[in-house]
Amino acid sequence: MKVLVATKRVIDYTVRIRVKSDETGVETSNIKMSMNPFDEIAVEEAVKLKEQGKVTEIVAISIGDKTCQETLRVALAMGADRAILIETTENIQPLAAAKILQNLVKRETPQLVLLGKQAIDSDHNQTGQMLAGLLNWAQGTFVSKIELKDTIVDVTREIDGGLQMLSLQLPAVITTDLRLNQPRYLSLPNIMQAKRKPIEIIPLDTLLLDTTSRLHILKITPPEKRHTGIKVANVKELIDKLKKEAQVIT
Amino acid sequence: MSILIIAEHDNQALKPCNWHTLTAAQQLTGDIDILVIGYQCEAVITSAQKLKKIRQVFVADAKAYEHQLPENTAQLIADLAKNYQYVLMAATTFGKNILPRTAALLESAIVTDITKIISTDTFLRPIYAGNAFATVQNKESIQFLTIRSTAFKAETASSTSLAPIKIIDTIILNILSKFINQILTISTRPELTNARIVISGGRGLKNAENFKIIEELADLLGGAVGASRAAVDAGFAPNDYQVGQTGKVVAPDLYIAIGISGAIQHLAGMKDSKIIVAINNDPDAPIFEIADYGLVEDLFTATSELLAELKK
Ligand SMILES: Cc1cc2nc3c(=O)[nH]c(=O)nc-3n(C[C@H](O)[C@H](O)[C@H](O)COP(=O)(O)OP(=O)(O)OC[C@H]3O[C@@H](n4cnc5c(N)ncnc54)[C@H](O)[C@@H]3O)c2cc1C
Repeated sequence: MKVLVATKRVIDYTVRIRVKSDETGVETSNIKMSMNPFDEIAVEEAVKLKEQGKVTEIVAISIGDKTCQETLRVALAMGADRAILIETTENIQPLAAAKILQNLVKRETPQLVLLGKQAIDSDHNQTGQMLAGLLNWAQGTFVSKIELKDTIVDVTREIDGGLQMLSLQLPAVITTDLRLNQPRYLSLPNIMQAKRKPIEIIPLDTLLLDTTSRLHILKITPPEKRHTGIKVANVKELIDKLKKEAQVIT
Repeated sequence: MSILIIAEHDNQALKPCNWHTLTAAQQLTGDIDILVIGYQCEAVITSAQKLKKIRQVFVADAKAYEHQLPENTAQLIADLAKNYQYVLMAATTFGKNILPRTAALLESAIVTDITKIISTDTFLRPIYAGNAFATVQNKESIQFLTIRSTAFKAETASSTSLAPIKIIDTIILNILSKFINQILTISTRPELTNARIVISGGRGLKNAENFKIIEELADLLGGAVGASRAAVDAGFAPNDYQVGQTGKVVAPDLYIAIGISGAIQHLAGMKDSKIIVAINNDPDAPIFEIADYGLVEDLFTATSELLAELKK
């Protein structure tokens, strides 16, 4: 069984975000970039399924400029077999990303597509659901457990009230939540080996898709600042403040 | 111009998030209809009819819609959506699951997790875990939107007359996915996203047994219990307690963070709380940067004193 995994290059989750003063975006120069953590979980899951003998080939995909090859090298070092970069310098929004992935699904005919549930930069949480809709496939979102069988895949989803268990007909789209697994560390031999694995580069315009932005970002602004608080000396003072000053408890 | 809200419910009752979505809808211009998809959900339908300023309640009640899975419900919504300018859902795991798929079926973009309506087609939404905000203009002919509940007041007033019902009798079967089971956290406490007071615990609690201190405090104060990702991952608390960028977003009157360091991913879910209290023995913990009242102390000492004082 072949699996496609989508990976996005984003600002590393440990970086403190700074909004540019001209309100056009956030600072990205000299800033550490990494694979979106949820996508890392998706790659890890694909590799695990391969180690269990349930998956035969893992194809990692990224959409973006040349630097996304670094992200794909990480996926290859984790255990993906080959990679495809859809190269573009345009800003790709979720609907466009879903269309690109739909196109690759037609070409690669996988039984399963794994993606992170959201990218930690734009926080949209849309692409997987959109892809499933475009393909008219079953979808399992925010998944914390996967059991892959011959014609179905059982998933556990993290929902607002707890957990939901579904059985999805294959082919299916699955988006990953944090507790699905713990991505592995990269070993040096694997990093070296990944250098020899192929990355196919396809210019976006050769796919002949309408990927224009439907959402216009008018400006990016910093959040409102909270006023600075105080330190209290002990529990008694805390309770006193909460009762008399803040009046949030009685 | 008209607006369609997709109701969120469990076949028994409407979820409180609908009241917030309704407030957002009222800030747009147009008549508001609501769609109830489910199975044997009479009580939900009646509550929907009583919501303020609802023109019409659409009802799709069939066994095929019992678990409201996206494979068929997204199609059902898409068919109805064509008559509307706006289609709204709450930005809950339910809304996030269904509405992007619906939008894609109509080849349309969607704006998720809106915290402010700026004009008829322009919205504010957080990005980078709330460390920046994007002002987004959506040019699509149907505006698909999900609404962050904490950013809009609840419209809980009910209407004196019942809105009329219109039955949708097309039944779309779901042959792609099957519901097996669900495990819901049963709690007598207020719902996390709606509670006036939230007490959250983090890794500092050290084990599940100690985490009960958080629950005891919450019960004394009539609050809900939250947790950091580290606390959930370590098994101190169930997954649906997680507050943060990738968990729940809360904005209570009082949020007490105990043994939580204050990672940006956690702050994303609680920094709009009115009053924030942090208890942590590390004076440099980032949680203190946003706390109104910070107490630098061992959490076990502080909480036992707190419990004793509150019991007085
Ligand atoms: C993609 C991604 C998404 C994430 N999403 C979320 C999310 O939604 N929500 C979330 O919470 N996290 C999220 N995280 C994780 C986040 O980065 C932090 O790792 C997590 O919030 C840390 O939890 P914590 O504060 O409980 O633990 P720690 O950071 O370990 O903090 C524990 C704190 O307890 C204090 N402490 C220890 N012992 C005591 C004591 N005896 N008395 C007093 N204080 C004590 C310590 O000083 C420390 O500050 C996400 C991470 C990633 C990468």
